[in-house]
Amino acid sequence: METPALLTISGLSKSFGLVRALRDVSFELRAGEIHAIAGENGAGKSTLMKVIDGILPPDSGDIQIDGRSVSIPSPLAAQKLGIGFVHQEIALCPDVSVAENIFMSITNASEALLMNYRDLEKRAAAILARLGNIDPTAMVRSLSISQQQLVEIAKALTLDCRILIFDEPTAALTEREAQKLFEIIHQLAGEGIGIIYISHRMAEIFDNCDRVTVLRDGQYITTLDIPATTPEQVVASMVGRVIDSLYPEKLRDDERSEDILLEVSNLCEARTFRDISFQLRKGEILGIGGLIGAGRSEIVKGICRLEGQVTGDVSLHGKPLSLTHYGDSIAAGIVYLSEDRKGDGLFLDMSIAANISALAVDRIATRFGLINERREKHRAETIGRQLSLKCGHVGQPVSTLSGGNQQKVAIAKMLSVDPKVIFLDEPTRGVDVGAKAEIHRILRKLARDGVGIVVISSELPELIGVCDRVLIVREGRITGEVTDDAMTEENIMVLASLADEDRERSAA
Amino acid sequence: MSIVGESMDSSTRAARMGLGERLGGLIRMREIGLILIIAVLFAVMSFASPYFLTWDNMRAMAMAFAVEGIVVVGMTILLISGGIDLSVGSVTALAMVIAGLLFLGGVDPWLASLAAIAACAGIGTFMGFFVTRVGLHHFIVSLAVMVIARGLCLLGTGGRPLGLYTLPPEFKFIGQGAIGGIPVVIIIFIVFTVLSDFMLRRTTMFRKVFYTGSNEKAAAYSGIRTKKVVFLTTTLCSTLCGFAGVIYMARFGSAQPTFGAGMELNVIAAAVIGGASLTGGSGTILGAILGTILLSVVSSSLALLDVSVYWQDIIRGSILLTAVTADYYFNKRRG
Repeated sequence: METPALLTISGLSKSFGLVRALRDVSFELRAGEIHAIAGENGAGKSTLMKVIDGILPPDSGDIQIDGRSVSIPSPLAAQKLGIGFVHQEIALCPDVSVAENIFMSITNASEALLMNYRDLEKRAAAILARLGNIDPTAMVRSLSISQQQLVEIAKALTLDCRILIFDEPTAALTEREAQKLFEIIHQLAGEGIGIIYISHRMAEIFDNCDRVTVLRDGQYITTLDIPATTPEQVVASMVGRVIDSLYPEKLRDDERSEDILLEVSNLCEARTFRDISFQLRKGEILGIGGLIGAGRSEIVKGICRLEGQVTGDVSLHGKPLSLTHYGDSIAAGIVYLSEDRKGDGLFLDMSIAANISALAVDRIATRFGLINERREKHRAETIGRQLSLKCGHVGQPVSTLSGGNQQKVAIAKMLSVDPKVIFLDEPTRGVDVGAKAEIHRILRKLARDGVGIVVISSELPELIGVCDRVLIVREGRITGEVTDDAMTEENIMVLASLADEDRERSAA
Repeated sequence: MSIVGESMDSSTRAARMGLGERLGGLIRMREIGLILIIAVLFAVMSFASPYFLTWDNMRAMAMAFAVEGIVVVGMTILLISGGIDLSVGSVTALAMVIAGLLFLGGVDPWLASLAAIAACAGIGTFMGFFVTRVGLHHFIVSLAVMVIARGLCLLGTGGRPLGLYTLPPEFKFIGQGAIGGIPVVIIIFIVFTVLSDFMLRRTTMFRKVFYTGSNEKAAAYSGIRTKKVVFLTTTLCSTLCGFAGVIYMARFGSAQPTFGAGMELNVIAAAVIGGASLTGGSGTILGAILGTILLSVVSSSLALLDVSVYWQDIIRGSILLTAVTADYYFNKRRG
C-alpha cells in the first residue's frame, strides 16, 4: 500500500444559512506537489481554504493529515498541524522590522518578558536566506510588494509548515517578480512541502502546477493532471460550459481605419514619464504593456489630468484640447477606469445608480441642480442592461455585487458620460473567467461602435488576446509597438524589460 | 450603442425592492426606528409625569434642541463629507461674544451679527485650509481651534458674561418672540432643516458631498474636486455655528463666553444616532434631527423624573453606544 497523501479531504460541506458554500467536496494534496485550485469567484475556493486554515468550522466531512483524522478548530491549531497560509492581502505591520513581523506569532506565544532582537534577526536571516535577499532589520514599509510577500512566506515557513496555501499571490506582482516567486515555490515543493495554489490565471497554473482541482458552485468537479489536460478543458469545467473562444474577434484588415481619434504628442511629466507620443485610431483597441512601475498608469492618468504636472499636447478628432484637471477631461469625453476597483473606482456603500451617475451628476439633474431620481434610475438601468449587469435593482449597494458585476458598474460609470475615449487600467483584475470574457466582448463592441479603447494590462495573454495593437512602456518611455503576428509574449517582454543596448546585444 | 446581452430580470427587481424604496427613499428603516422609540418614550412619559405632555414642556423641549439643531445640520453634512468638527461649541460661543462685544461697542446688532457669522465662516476657511492644503486631520485641527476659540471668548470678555440689556426688541424677537403661538426659533429651525434635508437629498452639489465622503479617491477619479468639497463643508459647519451663536444671543439677551462646552459631543452623538457615519458617506438630516430630538426628550424626561444630572450623562452615553452597536450589527448582517 502506498503512503497516505499529506492532506486528504472527503465529503466536506459548509453552509452559511441557506447558501451552501461547499457541498461534499473532496481534495487530496501530496507531499511535494504544487496543486492548483481553480474556480470562478464564488465557486467555494476561499471557503475551502478557510476550512483548511481553521478559520471556518465545516458542517460535515473528514480532514486527514498523513492518514489520520484531524480537527482544525482555529488558525492556531492549523499552524500546529503545519498548515501555513499566504493570504492574498498582505497583513504585515509596516512600521516594524522584517524580523519582528516574521516572528510575530512566536513572540505572541512566548513567555519571555523582554524581546531578544539579536536572536530574532539571526533566525529571520536564516529563513530569509531560503527566499531571497531581504534585510531582516529593514522596516516592512520600505519593501516592495513582492518583497513583502516573501516576508509573508517567511512567516509561514517559521511555523515548520508542511502544507502551504497561496491565495492569488501574483495578483500584485510584475512578471519578473512572479517568476522569482515561482522559483521559490518550486524550491519549497522540492523540500517536500505540499503547495496549494489558488489562481485565476491559466498560464500560471499550466506553467507551474502538477495537478489542478476544479470547483464550481461549491461542488467538487474534477482533479486533472496538468500534463494531460489543456487550459480550454480546465476553463470549460470551471464555467460548466465550453467557451468557444476566450477572446472576442479582432478587427479584420478591411475594418481598419486610418482615422485618428486621439493623438498624444510629446507628453512629459517631471518624475514618471517623458516624450510620450501615440495615436489611437478609430475602431481599434490599443493595448499598453510593460512591467508594473514602468509608468503605464501614470501616462494614462497624465493624459486625463488625474495626477502629475503634465506638459504636451492631446488632441481629439484633430482638435487640440486644453485640459487642466480631470473634470475637463471628462467633459471632453476622455475617461479613466481605475485599476483599483475597490480602492478608488467605486463607492461601495452607495447604490448602483448613484455610482453610475458619479462622473456627471449634472446629466441626471434638472436646470436648478436638482437630481431627478427617476432619470437617474432609468439611466442606470439602461446602461446596466447594455452591459448585462446582474443585480436585483439599481438601488442596492455596489458592495452586494460580485467582482465581475462590480467591474461592470465601474465601466457603466464611464459609459454614463458617452465617452469618446476610455482608458481601462487592468479592467479584468480579480474578475472570474466568465465575466472576463464578457468584459472583453463589451470592449470590442464599444470599439466597433466608435469609442476609443485603450487597455493597460499586466496579463500578457489578455493584451495579446484583446488588443489590435500594443504599445510597450519601459521606464516612462514608449519603447516599442507590436501588431499582428509580432504580438507575442516574448516580444512584449523583451521590449518591456530589456534596455535598448541589451536588446541590440541579444539580437546580435 | 445597442444591447449587448440579456436584460436584467424585472421580476426579481420588483421583488427585491425594499420598504425604503417604496416610500420613495424618503424615510429609511433607521428613521422609522427612531420615530418609534421617540413615540414610545412619549407614551411612557405621559403616564409617568403629568407635566410631560403639556404645551409648556413641549415648547421648552423644542426650544432646547432647535438652535442646536442648526449646528447638528452643519455637523451632519461635514460628517458625510468625511470630516468632523470638535470646535462647534466654542465657535458658537465665539459668535455670541463677537456680536456681543461689537454691539456693546455701538455697532448695530444686525450688523454685529453679520460680522460674527462672517468671522465664524473665516474660522471655517481657516480649518479648511489646514485640512485640505496642509493635509492635517480634521480632528486635530478642530481640536486646536476649539481651544483657541474658547480662549478668544474668555480673552474678549474677561471670562464674564456680557449682559446685553439694550438689545432692541426686534432683534430679541428672533430668539424670544413667537408667531401665532409658535416660537420664532422653532419656525427658523423647521424651515432650515426642511430646506437642508431637501437639498441634501436632491441637489447635485450635496450629492458630491456623499461621493467625497463615501470614497474620496473614487470621487477624485470621477472628476469631483474633493478638496473643494471638504473645504466647503468645513466652512459651512462653522458658519452655521455662527448663525446658532447669534440666535442664542438673541434668546438669552447676553453673550456667555463659557457657553457650549461639551456641545460638540452632543451634536456628534445626535448625528451618529441619526445614521451619520464617522467614516463618511452616509447620514441624513432627518435622522440627525430625530437623534437630536431623542437626546433632548431623554434629558427632559430624566429631569422631570428627578433623576440626578450625573445619571443623565451616563444614560446619554449609553444611548449613543447602543445606537452605534445596533447599527454596526445591522450593517454587518446586511453586508
